Amino acid sequence: MRKLLSPLLACLGLLALSGDGAGAARPVVADLSNHLVAITTGFSGTHVLVFGATDDRKGDIVMVVRGPRETHVVREKVRVAGVWVNRNAAEFPAIPAYYAVAATAPLNAVMPWEIRKRHGIGVEALPLAATDSSGRALGEEASRRFRSALVRIKQQAGLYPEALGLVSTLENRLFRAELDLPATVPVGSYSVEVYFVQEGQVIGAEITPLFVSKTGFSADVYDFAMYSAARYAFASILFAVFAGWAAALVFRR
Amino acid sequence: MIQMYLPVAEMSVDAVVIVGMGALVGFTSGLFGVGGGFLLTPLLIFLGIPPSVAVGSGTNQIIASSVSGVIAHFRRGNVDVKMGGVLLAGGMVGSGLGVLLFNLLKTVGQIDLTIRLSYVIFLASVGGLMLVESVVSLIRRRPAASKPRGPDNFAWAARLPWPMRFPKSGLYVSAVLPLGMGVAVGILVAIMGVGGGFIMVPAMIYLLGMPTQVVIGTSLFQIIFVTVATTFMQATLNHNVDAVLTLLLIAGGIVGAQWGARAGARIGGRNLRILLALLVLGVCSGLVGELIATPEDPYSVVVVRS
Repeated sequence: MRKLLSPLLACLGLLALSGDGAGAARPVVADLSNHLVAITTGFSGTHVLVFGATDDRKGDIVMVVRGPRETHVVREKVRVAGVWVNRNAAEFPAIPAYYAVAATAPLNAVMPWEIRKRHGIGVEALPLAATDSSGRALGEEASRRFRSALVRIKQQAGLYPEALGLVSTLENRLFRAELDLPATVPVGSYSVEVYFVQEGQVIGAEITPLFVSKTGFSADVYDFAMYSAARYAFASILFAVFAGWAAALVFRR
Repeated sequence: MIQMYLPVAEMSVDAVVIVGMGALVGFTSGLFGVGGGFLLTPLLIFLGIPPSVAVGSGTNQIIASSVSGVIAHFRRGNVDVKMGGVLLAGGMVGSGLGVLLFNLLKTVGQIDLTIRLSYVIFLASVGGLMLVESVVSLIRRRPAASKPRGPDNFAWAARLPWPMRFPKSGLYVSAVLPLGMGVAVGILVAIMGVGGGFIMVPAMIYLLGMPTQVVIGTSLFQIIFVTVATTFMQATLNHNVDAVLTLLLIAGGIVGAQWGARAGARIGGRNLRILLALLVLGVCSGLVGELIATPEDPYSVVVVRS
Protein backbone atom coordinates (compact mmCIF):
# COMPACT_ATOMS: atom_id res chain seq x y z
CA MET A 1 0.00 0.00 0.00
CA ARG A 2 2.73 2.42 0.99
CA LYS A 3 4.70 1.46 -2.13
CA LEU A 4 1.70 2.40 -4.22
CA LEU A 5 1.05 5.61 -2.36
CA SER A 6 4.48 7.19 -2.45
CA PRO A 7 4.73 7.80 -6.23
CA LEU A 8 1.21 9.16 -6.02
CA LEU A 9 2.20 11.53 -3.24
CA ALA A 10 5.30 12.52 -5.18
CA CYS A 11 3.12 13.43 -8.18
CA LEU A 12 0.84 15.47 -5.94
CA GLY A 13 3.93 17.16 -4.53
CA LEU A 14 5.10 18.06 -8.03
CA LEU A 15 1.66 19.41 -8.88
CA ALA A 16 1.74 21.51 -5.76
CA LEU A 17 5.18 22.78 -6.70
CA SER A 18 4.18 23.73 -10.22
CA GLY A 19 1.05 25.34 -8.83
CA ASP A 20 3.21 27.83 -6.99
CA GLY A 21 3.48 29.95 -10.08
CA ALA A 22 5.75 30.15 -13.08
CA GLY A 23 9.35 29.83 -12.01
CA ALA A 24 8.74 31.32 -8.56
CA ALA A 25 10.53 28.81 -6.35
CA ARG A 26 9.11 28.26 -2.89
CA PRO A 27 10.97 30.15 -0.18
CA VAL A 28 11.71 26.94 1.71
CA VAL A 29 11.63 23.23 0.95
CA ALA A 30 12.33 20.54 3.49
CA ASP A 31 12.26 16.79 3.80
CA LEU A 32 13.22 13.99 6.17
CA SER A 33 15.78 11.25 5.75
CA ASN A 34 13.04 8.84 6.75
CA HIS A 35 9.29 9.31 6.92
CA LEU A 36 8.58 6.09 8.73
CA VAL A 37 10.26 5.18 11.99
CA ALA A 38 9.69 1.48 12.52
CA ILE A 39 9.76 0.21 16.06
CA THR A 40 10.97 -3.35 15.80
CA THR A 41 11.96 -5.78 18.53
CA GLY A 42 15.52 -4.45 18.58
CA PHE A 43 14.50 -0.77 18.62
CA SER A 44 16.55 1.40 20.97
CA GLY A 45 15.92 4.88 19.64
CA THR A 46 16.90 6.47 16.34
CA HIS A 47 17.76 9.68 14.53
CA VAL A 48 15.90 11.34 11.70
CA LEU A 49 17.61 13.96 9.60
CA VAL A 50 15.55 17.02 8.71
CA PHE A 51 17.06 18.85 5.74
CA GLY A 52 16.11 21.37 3.13
CA ALA A 53 16.94 24.53 1.28
CA THR A 54 15.78 28.13 1.18
CA ASP A 55 15.83 30.66 -1.60
CA ASP A 56 18.67 33.16 -1.53
CA ARG A 57 17.07 35.59 0.89
CA LYS A 58 18.71 35.96 4.28
CA GLY A 59 16.78 34.58 7.21
CA ASP A 60 16.52 32.06 9.99
CA ILE A 61 15.20 28.53 10.04
CA VAL A 62 12.97 27.33 12.86
CA MET A 63 11.87 23.70 13.12
CA VAL A 64 9.08 22.35 15.27
CA VAL A 65 8.33 18.66 15.65
CA ARG A 66 5.02 17.71 17.23
CA GLY A 67 4.14 14.18 18.21
CA PRO A 68 0.68 12.66 18.47
CA ARG A 69 -1.68 14.41 20.88
CA GLU A 70 -2.46 12.48 24.02
CA THR A 71 -3.95 13.22 27.39
CA HIS A 72 -1.30 13.31 30.10
CA VAL A 73 -1.99 13.02 33.80
CA VAL A 74 0.60 14.48 36.19
CA ARG A 75 0.46 13.20 39.75
CA GLU A 76 2.07 14.71 42.79
CA LYS A 77 3.26 12.65 45.76
CA VAL A 78 2.65 14.03 49.23
CA ARG A 79 3.86 12.62 52.52
CA VAL A 80 0.97 11.08 54.44
CA ALA A 81 1.74 9.40 57.77
CA GLY A 82 5.36 8.95 56.78
CA VAL A 83 4.59 7.35 53.41
CA TRP A 84 4.71 9.07 50.03
CA VAL A 85 1.30 8.88 48.39
CA ASN A 86 -0.05 10.20 45.07
CA ARG A 87 -2.34 12.95 46.23
CA ASN A 88 -2.93 15.74 43.75
CA ALA A 89 -3.27 15.33 40.03
CA ALA A 90 -3.63 17.51 36.96
CA GLU A 91 -4.81 16.53 33.53
CA PHE A 92 -3.38 17.95 30.33
CA PRO A 93 -5.84 17.04 27.60
CA ALA A 94 -4.53 16.43 24.07
CA ILE A 95 -0.99 17.76 24.35
CA PRO A 96 1.85 16.56 22.10
CA ALA A 97 3.45 13.40 23.45
CA TYR A 98 6.68 14.51 21.75
CA TYR A 99 7.79 18.05 21.08
CA ALA A 100 11.06 19.45 19.82
CA VAL A 101 12.25 22.81 18.55
CA ALA A 102 15.43 23.86 16.80
CA ALA A 103 16.52 27.05 15.18
CA THR A 104 19.54 28.70 13.59
CA ALA A 105 19.55 31.28 16.41
CA PRO A 106 17.94 31.62 19.85
CA LEU A 107 14.15 31.66 19.40
CA ASN A 108 13.74 34.99 21.16
CA ALA A 109 16.07 36.63 18.67
CA VAL A 110 14.32 35.09 15.69
CA MET A 111 10.63 35.61 16.32
CA PRO A 112 8.50 37.95 18.38
CA TRP A 113 6.66 36.33 21.29
CA GLU A 114 3.19 36.83 19.74
CA ILE A 115 4.08 34.78 16.67
CA ARG A 116 5.66 32.07 18.79
CA LYS A 117 2.56 31.99 20.97
CA ARG A 118 0.24 31.85 17.96
CA HIS A 119 2.08 28.91 16.36
CA GLY A 120 3.14 27.23 19.60
CA ILE A 121 6.86 27.54 18.87
CA GLY A 122 9.03 26.70 21.88
CA VAL A 123 7.93 24.73 24.94
CA GLU A 124 7.19 27.91 26.89
CA ALA A 125 4.86 29.05 24.10
CA LEU A 126 2.97 25.74 23.99
CA PRO A 127 -0.62 25.98 25.18
CA LEU A 128 -0.44 23.45 28.03
CA ALA A 129 -3.60 23.97 30.04
CA ALA A 130 -4.03 21.93 33.21
CA THR A 131 -7.45 20.82 34.35
CA ASP A 132 -8.67 18.69 37.24
CA SER A 133 -10.19 15.28 36.61
CA SER A 134 -13.61 16.76 35.85
CA GLY A 135 -12.21 19.14 33.23
CA ARG A 136 -12.24 22.42 35.20
CA ALA A 137 -9.20 24.65 34.84
CA LEU A 138 -6.74 24.59 37.73
CA GLY A 139 -5.71 27.66 39.71
CA GLU A 140 -2.78 29.78 38.58
CA GLU A 141 -0.26 28.45 41.10
CA ALA A 142 -1.17 24.75 40.79
CA SER A 143 -1.31 25.08 37.03
CA ARG A 144 2.23 26.48 36.89
CA ARG A 145 3.54 23.82 39.29
CA PHE A 146 2.11 20.88 37.35
CA ARG A 147 3.10 22.38 34.04
CA SER A 148 6.74 22.73 35.02
CA ALA A 149 6.74 19.18 36.44
CA LEU A 150 5.29 17.89 33.17
CA VAL A 151 7.88 19.68 31.04
CA ARG A 152 10.74 18.61 33.32
CA ILE A 153 9.74 14.93 33.28
CA LYS A 154 9.15 14.99 29.53
CA GLN A 155 12.58 16.56 29.04
CA GLN A 156 14.26 13.97 31.25
CA ALA A 157 12.60 11.25 29.18
CA GLY A 158 13.97 12.86 26.01
CA LEU A 159 10.45 13.50 24.75
CA TYR A 160 10.62 17.28 24.93
CA PRO A 161 14.27 17.71 23.97
CA GLU A 162 15.35 21.23 24.86
CA ALA A 163 17.21 21.73 21.62
CA LEU A 164 17.15 19.21 18.84
CA GLY A 165 20.65 20.33 18.00
CA LEU A 166 20.87 23.73 16.46
CA VAL A 167 20.00 23.87 12.85
CA SER A 168 23.18 24.12 10.85
CA THR A 169 23.30 25.90 7.55
CA LEU A 170 25.50 25.73 4.51
CA GLU A 171 26.07 28.69 2.19
CA ASN A 172 22.98 30.31 3.70
CA ARG A 173 20.82 28.06 1.54
CA LEU A 174 21.03 24.51 2.77
CA PHE A 175 20.14 23.53 6.28
CA ARG A 176 19.98 20.38 8.32
CA ALA A 177 19.18 19.25 11.86
CA GLU A 178 19.16 15.90 13.57
CA LEU A 179 16.05 14.76 15.37
CA ASP A 180 16.63 12.42 18.31
CA LEU A 181 13.92 9.87 18.96
CA PRO A 182 14.49 7.91 22.20
CA ALA A 183 13.56 4.25 22.73
CA THR A 184 10.35 5.34 24.45
CA VAL A 185 9.21 7.47 21.49
CA PRO A 186 5.39 7.57 21.37
CA VAL A 187 3.73 5.82 18.47
CA GLY A 188 1.61 7.86 16.07
CA SER A 189 1.78 10.55 13.42
CA TYR A 190 4.12 13.48 13.85
CA SER A 191 4.37 16.74 11.98
CA VAL A 192 7.69 18.36 11.22
CA GLU A 193 7.20 22.07 10.60
CA VAL A 194 9.97 24.13 9.03
CA TYR A 195 9.61 27.93 9.14
CA PHE A 196 11.70 30.38 7.14
CA VAL A 197 11.78 33.60 9.15
CA GLN A 198 12.98 37.01 8.06
CA GLU A 199 12.96 39.97 10.41
CA GLY A 200 10.47 38.32 12.69
CA GLN A 201 8.06 37.46 9.89
CA VAL A 202 7.42 33.94 8.61
CA ILE A 203 8.04 34.14 4.87
CA GLY A 204 7.80 30.47 4.11
CA ALA A 205 6.81 27.24 5.78
CA GLU A 206 6.72 23.57 5.00
CA ILE A 207 5.06 20.79 6.94
CA THR A 208 6.19 17.21 6.49
CA PRO A 209 4.60 14.20 8.13
CA LEU A 210 6.57 11.60 10.07
CA PHE A 211 5.10 8.30 11.19
CA VAL A 212 6.29 6.30 14.14
CA SER A 213 4.80 2.87 14.30
CA LYS A 214 5.50 -0.55 15.65
CA THR A 215 6.20 -2.98 12.86
CA GLY A 216 6.94 -6.64 12.54
CA PHE A 217 6.88 -8.82 15.60
CA SER A 218 6.37 -6.15 18.26
CA ALA A 219 3.49 -4.57 16.33
CA ASP A 220 1.87 -7.96 15.91
CA VAL A 221 2.21 -8.73 19.61
CA TYR A 222 0.85 -5.33 20.61
CA ASP A 223 -2.15 -5.56 18.26
CA PHE A 224 -2.78 -9.11 19.39
CA ALA A 225 -2.66 -8.04 23.07
CA MET A 226 -4.92 -5.04 22.59
CA TYR A 227 -7.43 -6.12 19.97
CA SER A 228 -7.72 -9.89 20.39
CA ALA A 229 -7.20 -9.88 24.13
CA ALA A 230 -9.00 -13.17 24.81
CA ARG A 231 -7.04 -15.11 22.21
CA TYR A 232 -3.83 -13.41 23.35
CA ALA A 233 -4.58 -14.47 26.93
CA PHE A 234 -5.15 -18.07 25.83
CA ALA A 235 -1.93 -18.08 23.83
CA SER A 236 0.09 -16.64 26.73
CA ILE A 237 -1.35 -19.20 29.15
CA LEU A 238 -0.85 -22.13 26.78
CA PHE A 239 2.71 -21.07 26.14
CA ALA A 240 3.48 -20.86 29.86
CA VAL A 241 1.89 -24.26 30.58
CA PHE A 242 3.80 -25.82 27.72
CA ALA A 243 7.09 -24.25 28.80
CA GLY A 244 6.61 -25.48 32.36
CA TRP A 245 5.71 -28.96 31.20
CA ALA A 246 8.67 -29.10 28.82
CA ALA A 247 11.00 -27.96 31.60
CA ALA A 248 9.75 -30.70 33.93
CA LEU A 249 10.26 -33.23 31.14
CA VAL A 250 13.75 -32.09 30.22
CA PHE A 251 15.01 -31.84 33.78
CA ARG A 252 13.37 -35.03 35.00
CA ARG A 253 15.55 -36.62 37.61
CA MET B 1 23.68 -5.93 26.06
CA ILE B 2 20.90 -7.13 23.82
CA GLN B 3 18.23 -4.46 23.64
CA MET B 4 14.74 -5.87 23.30
CA TYR B 5 11.57 -3.89 22.85
CA LEU B 6 8.68 -4.96 25.08
CA PRO B 7 5.59 -4.38 22.95
CA VAL B 8 3.04 -4.05 25.77
CA ALA B 9 5.27 -2.26 28.30
CA GLU B 10 6.30 -0.03 25.35
CA MET B 11 9.89 0.25 26.41
CA SER B 12 13.16 -1.33 25.56
CA VAL B 13 15.11 -3.39 28.07
CA ASP B 14 18.33 -5.34 28.18
CA ALA B 15 17.29 -8.93 27.49
CA VAL B 16 20.35 -10.29 29.33
CA VAL B 17 19.34 -8.49 32.53
CA ILE B 18 15.78 -9.80 32.37
CA VAL B 19 16.84 -13.39 31.66
CA GLY B 20 19.39 -13.13 34.48
CA MET B 21 16.73 -11.86 36.84
CA GLY B 22 14.42 -14.70 35.81
CA ALA B 23 17.25 -17.13 36.55
CA LEU B 24 17.92 -15.56 39.95
CA VAL B 25 14.27 -15.72 40.93
CA GLY B 26 14.02 -19.25 39.51
CA PHE B 27 17.02 -20.19 41.62
CA THR B 28 15.40 -18.95 44.82
CA SER B 29 12.13 -20.62 43.91
CA GLY B 30 13.89 -23.92 43.27
CA LEU B 31 15.90 -23.50 46.45
CA PHE B 32 13.00 -22.67 48.75
CA GLY B 33 10.10 -24.29 46.93
CA VAL B 34 8.18 -21.04 46.62
CA GLY B 35 7.01 -19.43 43.39
CA GLY B 36 9.35 -16.47 43.63
CA GLY B 37 6.75 -13.99 42.38
CA PHE B 38 7.16 -11.93 45.53
CA LEU B 39 10.77 -11.27 44.48
CA LEU B 40 10.16 -10.95 40.76
CA THR B 41 7.56 -8.19 40.80
CA PRO B 42 9.56 -5.78 43.01
CA LEU B 43 12.71 -6.47 40.95
CA LEU B 44 10.89 -5.70 37.70
CA ILE B 45 9.56 -2.48 39.23
CA PHE B 46 13.08 -1.52 40.36
CA LEU B 47 14.15 -1.97 36.70
CA GLY B 48 11.58 0.59 35.59
CA ILE B 49 8.95 -1.77 34.15
CA PRO B 50 5.55 -0.19 34.84
CA PRO B 51 4.19 -1.89 38.02
CA SER B 52 1.01 -2.86 36.21
CA VAL B 53 2.91 -4.73 33.46
CA ALA B 54 5.26 -6.25 36.04
CA VAL B 55 2.25 -7.72 37.86
CA GLY B 56 0.47 -9.02 34.75
CA SER B 57 3.54 -10.59 33.14
CA GLY B 58 4.76 -11.94 36.48
CA THR B 59 1.49 -13.81 36.92
CA ASN B 60 1.88 -15.34 33.47
CA GLN B 61 5.43 -16.47 34.25
CA ILE B 62 4.32 -18.14 37.49
CA ILE B 63 2.09 -20.49 35.47
CA ALA B 64 5.20 -21.97 33.86
CA SER B 65 7.15 -22.36 37.09
CA SER B 66 4.25 -23.89 38.99
CA VAL B 67 3.42 -26.34 36.19
CA SER B 68 6.95 -27.68 36.18
CA GLY B 69 6.98 -27.73 39.99
CA VAL B 70 3.66 -29.53 40.36
CA ILE B 71 4.67 -32.27 37.94
CA ALA B 72 7.59 -33.15 40.20
CA HIS B 73 5.32 -33.14 43.28
CA PHE B 74 2.67 -35.30 41.57
CA ARG B 75 5.34 -37.91 40.85
CA ARG B 76 6.07 -38.09 44.57
CA GLY B 77 2.36 -38.11 45.44
CA ASN B 78 2.58 -34.86 47.37
CA VAL B 79 -0.57 -33.18 46.07
CA ASP B 80 -3.87 -33.10 47.97
CA VAL B 81 -6.14 -32.57 44.98
CA LYS B 82 -9.32 -32.26 47.05
CA MET B 83 -7.88 -29.56 49.30
CA GLY B 84 -6.37 -27.88 46.24
CA GLY B 85 -9.79 -27.88 44.61
CA VAL B 86 -11.47 -26.17 47.57
CA LEU B 87 -8.67 -23.61 47.84
CA LEU B 88 -8.84 -22.82 44.17
CA ALA B 89 -12.62 -22.43 44.17
CA GLY B 90 -12.05 -19.62 46.66
CA GLY B 91 -9.02 -18.47 44.68
CA MET B 92 -11.05 -17.95 41.49
CA VAL B 93 -13.50 -15.69 43.29
CA GLY B 94 -10.66 -13.82 44.96
CA SER B 95 -8.69 -13.26 41.78
CA GLY B 96 -11.80 -11.98 40.00
CA LEU B 97 -12.34 -9.46 42.79
CA GLY B 98 -8.64 -8.62 42.76
CA VAL B 99 -8.49 -7.89 39.02
CA LEU B 100 -11.50 -5.59 39.29
CA LEU B 101 -9.94 -3.83 42.26
CA PHE B 102 -6.68 -3.54 40.30
CA ASN B 103 -8.52 -1.89 37.43
CA LEU B 104 -10.23 0.56 39.78
CA LEU B 105 -7.00 1.48 41.59
CA LYS B 106 -5.23 1.95 38.26
CA THR B 107 -7.76 4.57 37.16
CA VAL B 108 -7.48 6.54 40.40
CA GLY B 109 -3.66 6.42 40.29
CA GLN B 110 -3.13 4.42 43.49
CA ILE B 111 -2.15 1.05 42.01
CA ASP B 112 1.58 1.65 42.46
CA LEU B 113 1.17 2.49 46.14
CA THR B 114 -1.23 -0.41 46.72
CA ILE B 115 1.18 -2.89 45.15
CA ARG B 116 4.05 -1.64 47.30
CA LEU B 117 2.03 -1.44 50.53
CA SER B 118 0.62 -4.95 50.08
CA TYR B 119 4.15 -6.20 49.60
CA VAL B 120 5.38 -4.48 52.74
CA ILE B 121 2.53 -5.78 54.91
CA PHE B 122 2.65 -9.36 53.71
CA LEU B 123 6.38 -9.73 53.42
CA ALA B 124 6.87 -8.29 56.90
CA SER B 125 4.32 -10.54 58.58
CA VAL B 126 5.24 -13.73 56.73
CA GLY B 127 8.99 -13.12 56.97
CA GLY B 128 8.72 -12.26 60.66
CA LEU B 129 6.63 -15.34 61.46
CA MET B 130 8.95 -17.64 59.55
CA LEU B 131 12.03 -16.21 61.17
CA VAL B 132 10.64 -16.50 64.69
CA GLU B 133 9.39 -20.02 64.03
CA SER B 134 12.66 -21.25 62.53
CA VAL B 135 14.82 -19.65 65.20
CA VAL B 136 12.67 -21.13 67.96
CA SER B 137 12.87 -24.58 66.39
CA LEU B 138 16.60 -24.14 65.95
CA ILE B 139 17.00 -23.40 69.65
CA ARG B 140 14.80 -26.32 70.68
CA ARG B 141 16.70 -28.60 68.27
CA ARG B 142 13.45 -30.10 67.07
CA PRO B 143 12.17 -30.34 63.53
CA ALA B 144 9.49 -27.69 63.15
CA ALA B 145 5.88 -28.24 62.21
CA SER B 146 6.16 -32.00 62.25
CA LYS B 147 3.66 -32.47 65.05
CA PRO B 148 0.10 -32.17 63.78
CA ARG B 149 -1.26 -28.76 64.64
CA GLY B 150 -4.80 -28.57 63.48
CA PRO B 151 -7.47 -25.96 63.48
CA ASP B 152 -8.35 -27.39 66.89
CA ASN B 153 -5.92 -24.71 68.04
CA PHE B 154 -8.65 -22.27 67.10
CA ALA B 155 -11.96 -22.73 68.88
CA TRP B 156 -13.79 -20.53 66.39
CA ALA B 157 -12.60 -22.60 63.44
CA ALA B 158 -14.17 -25.74 64.87
CA ARG B 159 -17.60 -24.06 64.99
CA LEU B 160 -17.63 -23.17 61.26
CA PRO B 161 -20.21 -24.98 59.07
CA TRP B 162 -19.65 -27.57 56.28
CA PRO B 163 -17.00 -29.82 57.76
CA MET B 164 -15.17 -31.78 55.10
CA ARG B 165 -12.79 -34.72 55.18
CA PHE B 166 -9.43 -34.43 53.38
CA PRO B 167 -7.96 -37.96 53.46
CA LYS B 168 -4.65 -37.07 51.80
CA SER B 169 -3.89 -34.46 54.46
CA GLY B 170 -5.60 -36.46 57.21
CA LEU B 171 -7.81 -33.49 58.13
CA TYR B 172 -11.43 -32.95 59.02
CA VAL B 173 -12.10 -29.22 58.79
CA SER B 174 -14.79 -26.79 57.77
CA ALA B 175 -14.64 -26.02 54.03
CA VAL B 176 -15.17 -22.36 54.90
CA LEU B 177 -11.61 -22.07 56.16
CA PRO B 178 -9.79 -23.14 52.95
CA LEU B 179 -12.40 -21.31 50.83
CA GLY B 180 -11.78 -18.08 52.71
CA MET B 181 -8.02 -18.55 52.47
CA GLY B 182 -8.44 -19.10 48.73
CA VAL B 183 -10.38 -15.85 48.30
CA ALA B 184 -7.85 -13.84 50.30
CA VAL B 185 -4.87 -15.26 48.42
CA GLY B 186 -6.68 -14.87 45.08
CA ILE B 187 -6.99 -11.13 45.68
CA LEU B 188 -3.27 -10.96 46.44
CA VAL B 189 -2.45 -12.90 43.26
CA ALA B 190 -4.19 -10.24 41.19
CA ILE B 191 -2.88 -7.20 43.03
CA MET B 192 0.66 -8.33 43.75
CA GLY B 193 1.40 -10.50 40.70
CA VAL B 194 2.46 -13.39 42.88
CA GLY B 195 1.40 -16.99 43.02
CA GLY B 196 0.61 -16.49 46.68
CA GLY B 197 2.63 -19.50 47.81
CA PHE B 198 4.48 -17.44 50.40
CA ILE B 199 1.14 -16.71 52.12
CA MET B 200 -0.59 -19.97 51.26
CA VAL B 201 2.16 -22.29 52.50
CA PRO B 202 2.35 -20.85 56.05
CA ALA B 203 -1.46 -20.57 56.17
CA MET B 204 -1.82 -24.23 55.23
CA ILE B 205 0.65 -25.27 57.89
CA TYR B 206 -0.46 -23.00 60.71
CA LEU B 207 -4.16 -22.37 60.02
CA LEU B 208 -5.23 -25.68 58.49
CA GLY B 209 -2.62 -27.89 60.11
CA MET B 210 -1.73 -29.70 56.87
CA PRO B 211 1.29 -32.01 56.90
CA THR B 212 4.35 -30.17 55.54
CA GLN B 213 5.15 -32.64 52.76
CA VAL B 214 1.85 -32.12 50.89
CA VAL B 215 1.78 -28.37 51.45
CA ILE B 216 4.06 -27.21 48.64
CA GLY B 217 2.65 -29.57 46.00
CA THR B 218 -0.92 -28.63 46.90
CA SER B 219 -0.11 -24.93 46.97
CA LEU B 220 1.53 -25.16 43.52
CA PHE B 221 -1.45 -27.14 42.23
CA GLN B 222 -3.94 -24.44 43.15
CA ILE B 223 -1.56 -21.65 42.09
CA ILE B 224 -1.62 -22.97 38.51
CA PHE B 225 -5.37 -22.53 38.25
CA VAL B 226 -5.53 -19.22 40.05
CA THR B 227 -2.69 -17.72 37.98
CA VAL B 228 -4.26 -19.04 34.75
CA ALA B 229 -7.52 -17.32 35.66
CA THR B 230 -5.74 -14.15 36.76
CA THR B 231 -3.57 -13.99 33.63
CA PHE B 232 -6.69 -14.34 31.52
CA MET B 233 -8.47 -11.52 33.33
CA GLN B 234 -5.41 -9.25 33.45
CA ALA B 235 -4.79 -9.72 29.72
CA THR B 236 -8.40 -9.05 28.76
CA LEU B 237 -9.30 -6.33 31.26
CA ASN B 238 -6.06 -4.51 32.04
CA HIS B 239 -3.96 -5.43 28.94
CA ASN B 240 -0.87 -5.69 31.11
CA VAL B 241 0.58 -9.05 30.07
CA ASP B 242 3.71 -8.58 27.97
CA ALA B 243 4.46 -11.74 26.01
CA VAL B 244 8.07 -10.79 25.26
CA LEU B 245 8.78 -10.01 28.91
CA THR B 246 7.14 -13.28 29.99
CA LEU B 247 9.16 -15.24 27.47
CA LEU B 248 12.45 -13.81 28.76
CA LEU B 249 11.45 -14.45 32.38
CA ILE B 250 10.38 -18.03 31.68
CA ALA B 251 13.61 -18.76 29.83
CA GLY B 252 15.68 -17.59 32.80
CA GLY B 253 13.36 -19.05 35.40
CA ILE B 254 13.40 -22.60 34.07
CA VAL B 255 17.17 -22.85 34.17
CA GLY B 256 17.43 -21.09 37.54
CA ALA B 257 14.84 -23.33 39.20
CA GLN B 258 16.73 -26.54 38.38
CA TRP B 259 19.95 -25.05 39.63
CA GLY B 260 18.22 -23.88 42.84
CA ALA B 261 16.56 -27.25 43.51
CA ARG B 262 19.97 -28.93 43.39
CA ALA B 263 21.49 -26.36 45.72
CA GLY B 264 18.51 -26.73 48.08
CA ALA B 265 19.04 -30.47 48.44
CA ARG B 266 22.46 -29.73 49.94
CA ILE B 267 21.47 -27.08 52.48
CA GLY B 268 18.70 -28.71 54.53
CA GLY B 269 15.21 -27.67 55.55
CA ARG B 270 15.59 -25.58 58.69
CA ASN B 271 18.49 -23.49 57.44
CA LEU B 272 16.57 -22.97 54.21
CA ARG B 273 13.63 -21.55 56.14
CA ILE B 274 15.83 -19.11 58.02
CA LEU B 275 17.44 -18.00 54.75
CA LEU B 276 14.04 -17.57 53.13
CA ALA B 277 12.78 -15.56 56.09
CA LEU B 278 15.81 -13.25 55.87
CA LEU B 279 15.34 -12.87 52.12
CA VAL B 280 11.66 -11.98 52.54
CA LEU B 281 12.49 -9.44 55.24
CA GLY B 282 15.28 -8.01 53.08
CA VAL B 283 12.96 -7.37 50.12
CA CYS B 284 10.43 -5.93 52.54
CA SER B 285 12.83 -3.43 54.08
CA GLY B 286 13.95 -2.37 50.60
CA LEU B 287 10.35 -1.54 49.75
CA VAL B 288 9.80 0.25 53.05
CA GLY B 289 12.86 2.35 52.30
CA GLU B 290 11.41 3.29 48.93
CA LEU B 291 8.07 4.25 50.44
CA ILE B 292 9.39 6.50 53.19
CA ALA B 293 12.45 7.99 51.49
CA THR B 294 11.84 11.38 49.92
CA PRO B 295 11.29 10.59 46.24
CA GLU B 296 13.77 11.96 43.72
CA ASP B 297 10.83 13.54 41.96
CA PRO B 298 7.45 13.77 43.69
CA TYR B 299 5.77 14.16 40.30
CA SER B 300 5.01 11.47 37.75
CA VAL B 301 3.40 11.54 34.33
CA VAL B 302 1.17 8.93 32.75
CA VAL B 303 -0.37 8.99 29.30
CA VAL B 304 -4.06 8.17 29.32
CA ARG B 305 -5.26 6.37 26.26
CA SER B 306 -8.74 7.26 25.24
